[in-house]
Amino acid sequence: MTEQQRKKTAYKKKSQLMSIWHRFKKNKLALFGLVVFAIMLFIAIFADFIVDYERDAISQHMTKRFMSPSAEHIFGTDGFGRDMFARIIFGARISIFVGVVTIALALAVGAVIGASAGYYGGYIDETLMRIMDVFLAIPQMILAIAIVAALGTGMVNILIALTVAQVPKFARIVRASILTVKTQDFIEAAKACGTSDSRIIARHIIPNAIGPIVVQATLNVATTILVIAALSFVGLGIQPPTPEWGSMMADAKSQMRYHEYLIIIPGLFIAFTVMALNLMGDGLRDALDPRLKN
Amino acid sequence: MTEKLLEIKDLSVIYKTDEETVYAVNDLNLTLNKGETLGLVGETGAGKTTTALSIMRLLPDRTGRITRGCITLGDLDITRASEADMRLIRGNGISMVFQDPMTSLNPILTVGEQIAEVLQLHRLDMSPEQKEKRVDEILEMVGLPADRKHEYPHQFSGGMKQRVVIAIALACEPQLILADEPTTALDVTIQAQILKLMKELKQRLNTAMLFITHDLGVVAQICDRVAIMYAGEIIEIGTTDNIFEGKKHHPYTVGLFGSIPDMTKATRRLNPIEGLMPDPTAPLGGCKFHPRCPQCMEICKTAKPLNIIDGTHAIGCHLFAGGAGHDARINLESTGGAE
Amino acid sequence: MSVPLIETKGLKKYFKTPKGDLHAVDDVNLKIEKGKTLGVVGESGCGKSTLGRTILRLVEPTAGEVLYNGKNILDYGKKQMLEVRKDLQIIFQDPYSSLNPRLTVSEIIAEPIKVCRTITDKAALDDKVYELMETVGLAERLVNSYPHELDGGRRQRIGVARALALGPQFIVCDEPVSALDVSIQAQILNLMMDLQDDRGLTYMFITHDLSVVKHISQEIVVMYLGQCVERASSEELFRKPLHPYTQALLDAVPVPNLRHKQQLTGIIKGEITSPINPKPGCRFAARCPKVTASCTKEDIQLREIAGGHYVACALY
Repeated sequence: MTEQQRKKTAYKKKSQLMSIWHRFKKNKLALFGLVVFAIMLFIAIFADFIVDYERDAISQHMTKRFMSPSAEHIFGTDGFGRDMFARIIFGARISIFVGVVTIALALAVGAVIGASAGYYGGYIDETLMRIMDVFLAIPQMILAIAIVAALGTGMVNILIALTVAQVPKFARIVRASILTVKTQDFIEAAKACGTSDSRIIARHIIPNAIGPIVVQATLNVATTILVIAALSFVGLGIQPPTPEWGSMMADAKSQMRYHEYLIIIPGLFIAFTVMALNLMGDGLRDALDPRLKN
Repeated sequence: MTEKLLEIKDLSVIYKTDEETVYAVNDLNLTLNKGETLGLVGETGAGKTTTALSIMRLLPDRTGRITRGCITLGDLDITRASEADMRLIRGNGISMVFQDPMTSLNPILTVGEQIAEVLQLHRLDMSPEQKEKRVDEILEMVGLPADRKHEYPHQFSGGMKQRVVIAIALACEPQLILADEPTTALDVTIQAQILKLMKELKQRLNTAMLFITHDLGVVAQICDRVAIMYAGEIIEIGTTDNIFEGKKHHPYTVGLFGSIPDMTKATRRLNPIEGLMPDPTAPLGGCKFHPRCPQCMEICKTAKPLNIIDGTHAIGCHLFAGGAGHDARINLESTGGAE
Repeated sequence: MSVPLIETKGLKKYFKTPKGDLHAVDDVNLKIEKGKTLGVVGESGCGKSTLGRTILRLVEPTAGEVLYNGKNILDYGKKQMLEVRKDLQIIFQDPYSSLNPRLTVSEIIAEPIKVCRTITDKAALDDKVYELMETVGLAERLVNSYPHELDGGRRQRIGVARALALGPQFIVCDEPVSALDVSIQAQILNLMMDLQDDRGLTYMFITHDLSVVKHISQEIVVMYLGQCVERASSEELFRKPLHPYTQALLDAVPVPNLRHKQQLTGIIKGEITSPINPKPGCRFAARCPKVTASCTKEDIQLREIAGGHYVACALY
């Protein structure tokens, strides 16, 4: 036993996560993206500790309309006298929450569909993928608008609309990753030992197929944030008075020429968040490939 | 009369990335005469392909760099030539045949178009009719019917594709062909066909060839001279007779021959070279082979051996320094037996 | 004569393609005695890899029998098959794609044991992994390395260790040294022969390299387009090849010896034809230098010409 313990301590296993992190942090832009996104996430989570939702973001103060950025209101106030800073902070919560939840749901559904199609092939593959093709043929935005129009506005309906629009993409990516991994010899080696299908999928296929999927998920959180903003902008997304970046921009569009900060600030937040996620996604793509050297 | 065509002097090539520097070729010296076939033999990572790419000046832009030495083709110093000059030389003065015929042809052009393209670039004086005629001629020469020039690469089998690749390489009648493992991806019966073709063509056209391979059997078939590479250096060079029949050899060469299962003898165990190629990112002092060498001496660990030249045969090994002082009883026959 | 360890009877594997059936393995009969090595030689596309996988039931055969210790494993149910899988293992050609890049060396070697639960105690499993690593000559400091950090020879050693993990009787070696450099190739071949001597392993050694196959096998099967065209002891086959294809194959091998320099005259023309819906008759007829009218009339069976020397050719 002591011999074994000696060996264990002498050749400590390098954690996969650590080496992914090691590779990721080499990419300075990706690191920057991560920092920006972490800040957004922090703000979104701790919004309640920073400002008061009811008082600052919802209640209207007609005396304080259209105040330019100042020490008191660093982002100024909007047409109803609400503090823009507070609304941005709570807007982050909505945007990031909807973005992440949508992608998580779409990934879960898409993974099941894509994995069954890829692993079993044949008729299952054909049927599932043709259905996905039908969805892919409709532009994401139009599909989301159609669903929201049919079901009515509201948080749950928006989530459903966005998720349905994202599922086909994930189904395709998961299927493609699985098809590439499936043909590798180590899968056959596992079969030669009598490994069960579920263990082959869990231990050999998924860990090797996950890289491109995670990358795509990160990038799609960004596009989803844009879609929510766009939906809100045309009035089908998050309904007032709930603060959301897209709807804030829509509210401010009539004031664009007089109080430009009202439209620029939420616009910048959307842009920064999306950029941060895209940078992170690119960094992850390289970091997740184990064949790239440390 | 032998006339020098290609001369490589003290060539060193590195690949530099953010993390590490790979010393791929170290102080390589080589001459190739007109009409001669030189086999460049070595294992993965020995620097064979890097040498060929340096001659073509096709080292990867961002990482590969020639740090020292010069390569001269006739009167031209390739290491100092302009990119425009190099473009004229590639495909015209020197052409290359790659290992994988599946990926070295463009799938969306017919084979006739691909051969004509080289002529387009280098034979500006040729009329379209002359070019057509030349394409037919060259296809016949590599043993393909000329009427197949309108077909696409996927309509050809592996061996035929390699014939097309050779046709493209020969289209402008270059002085030098760099063949990088041209038969490795082929089956043995097809390999024999291609080797036969290359042998006939080089006799007919008197083209010089640098034949890169890891297969000593192929070398015996086609080469006039052989250079053995190890860790970016040529450790032994000589005529095919010197290498295959000679009595004195570098211990690595001995190991290489010992590793090949011999079809003509019945032995149970092979005599591999123990260990692995040295790490190319950490240059090693002394002889590059010393950690694996069964006859390693103290001097091998510190001093780089000089080339000991004996007529047409040169060996870079301390064993042969100072003539008969050492017990240099390494010859091919004695290694075939059991341990 | 005892029962051979592995025997196939009329083994066939046809793949469905849009153009028709691809005859990857077509009526192959072979026997491998315990502790011996059968070499299977052929060029790419001759079905040798499919044959190996069919014997292990990694590919379900279209027809025929695979007998392991005299029992047809194709009749086995899931449970019985799991049991027999421990005895039948495989080593792959490509040491890059045959190892899961997300697992460490020790995890790869331990995986078959975990799957089959032959050792459940954690400490005993670790000991077994170290023992296997030592057997195949992997330094113990590599336990927690990932395959991509190692060179081809070491990776192939991992592949060998994984195949040995369950204590198999029979190993299909699918071109195990083709992707390696000659000096490393010799190391791996020596290792495999040592293991055979120590453990009485039985190999089916699939390769395109005639010099390797001669070196390691007692008996050799030559395959062409899914069929076995010649079968003989290694010595006999190299001394007196009978089938024109075997002769051509032997002639084509470049020998690293100037005195054996081939004349490059006996080279056969043409290339391998399509294995999809092959015409009746000898499949080599189109390239054969000795072809006669009778060659394409009907299928030619493998017949015993001399003691233990079988050939499928109309000439004999």
